[in-house]
Amino acid sequence: MSQLHEMGDLGGMYLDNILEHFHAPHNFGELPAGADILHQEVSLSCGDDLSLGLTLDADGRVDEVKFNGRGCAISVAAASMLSDRLKGLTVPELAKLDKEDVFELLGFEPGISRSNCALLGLKTLQTGLNKYLRKQDEK
Amino acid sequence: MSTGYDPKTIRKDFPLLSEPSGRLRAYLDSAASSQTPRHVLEAVSGFYERYRANVHRGMYEASERATERYEKSRKTVADFLGADESEIIFTSGTTHGLNLAVQLIEPRLGPGDEIVTTEMEHHANLIPWQQAAKRSGATLRLIPVREDYTLDMEAARRLIGPQTKFVAVTWASNVLGTVSPVAEICALAKEAGALSVVDAAQIAGHRPIDVRQVGCDFLAFSAHKMLGPTGTGALYGRRPFLDELEPVSFGGDMIKEVTFEGATWNEAPFRFEPGTPNIAGVIGLGAAIEYLNRLGIKSIWEHEKELTDYAFARLTEVEGLKVIGAAADKDRVGTIAFLVEGIHPHDLATVLDAHGVCVRAGHHCAMPLHHKFGIKTGTTRMSFGPYTLKEEIDALIEAVHKAKQVFRV
Repeated sequence: MSQLHEMGDLGGMYLDNILEHFHAPHNFGELPAGADILHQEVSLSCGDDLSLGLTLDADGRVDEVKFNGRGCAISVAAASMLSDRLKGLTVPELAKLDKEDVFELLGFEPGISRSNCALLGLKTLQTGLNKYLRKQDEK
Repeated sequence: MSTGYDPKTIRKDFPLLSEPSGRLRAYLDSAASSQTPRHVLEAVSGFYERYRANVHRGMYEASERATERYEKSRKTVADFLGADESEIIFTSGTTHGLNLAVQLIEPRLGPGDEIVTTEMEHHANLIPWQQAAKRSGATLRLIPVREDYTLDMEAARRLIGPQTKFVAVTWASNVLGTVSPVAEICALAKEAGALSVVDAAQIAGHRPIDVRQVGCDFLAFSAHKMLGPTGTGALYGRRPFLDELEPVSFGGDMIKEVTFEGATWNEAPFRFEPGTPNIAGVIGLGAAIEYLNRLGIKSIWEHEKELTDYAFARLTEVEGLKVIGAAADKDRVGTIAFLVEGIHPHDLATVLDAHGVCVRAGHHCAMPLHHKFGIKTGTTRMSFGPYTLKEEIDALIEAVHKAKQVFRV
């Protein structure tokens, strides 16, 4: 608690695990070639720019996950934590993920002004997933 | 201070500053919205508690009193601007005022005409002109901001010419703090036969305003950035020019005679104020000006200049911090945007908030200006008011150091 006091009332933001994910995000790097689910989301209001690529295996489960881009600590950490969570999920399971899942991964619920940051990764996934599902429909 | 100006005494008039709730330690976001003194709060609640009624209509005491107070505010605003009360149109704020100015003069715009504005406008003084240009086939030209964050006046002289119909300029940038040579720009407009519109949102309440000296045709400002209530402001429109303009929105209070076939208009400024206005807000605006006059606008200016110099001195102590805006020795207001290397402005603002320091982070409604300087993330911005203390700047500096610790930069 002494560290919390020293650092002001951050309400769980920027605790060590968040900062670790921010400084060394998991699954960060070049997007997998031939990704099944792929999307880039840009947030003009804060300059965040996130790309996410997923491949599905023969059983339709997430095999490889990679993301890259730039953003604030909250958006990068949330995307990093979310990327860990995606592995092995089926498409219907991906579709079920919502903001509560992201807040649970983060360990706190950001206020109204930072929720968009925390949810940028999820938004990228959801938009990519919708594109994938539309393509499947067309087939 | 030698003038006897004492922000610590002034703060006692502001409930939110003298008895702060939550973790508030430093309020450094007055450029977004200022705090409100009791004098204004009492004027607003006095209307609701003692003589709440509509204006310009009721033939009974309360309504007459409301009308008197409402119109007294018009006189107060006129004196505040060096204008005549018939030149004051009450609005919901600067954005409304600027949009109204554009709508009023847009009928004079056609293909081949040019509108000149600057690269450091708030979106509210850029987008309405972009839209007017699109509708009319006119062209929008921009006076560039130079590397030292001041306007390129040589370019202004080149850009403003016989083809120019309107010149729109902010008096002070809400990001860079830069003060424009408005009188010079309005003179260029006049010489070219163009009309001029000034955005005074960041000047009103911070420096004296004299519209005759500025030489503008329109000038807009908001009450809530100068200690008044939200949702209120005023647009100055020069007479007799104002009398030539047709109203753009219609309803009660703005007409002379109505038949089933048509209508004739009330005189200016009433023909531009359709419907029941923000009576409490306007009364509060008048009270805010009374209060500002009591403090003395020139003293406020000096106080904020001293704070700006102090802030610059303290900011230079922080390694990796870069001010995005006019240097302290330039003509500028107390609005200072900055970047700290390695920390996203949103993260910085969150850490500052955790330490009770209120600032704004983002593009401050000036996205193209940030992009021009290669800044995609926005900036963090502190800004001052008549009540701001040096201790609040100290609190910010301390919290910036804490943020650097958190982010290991």
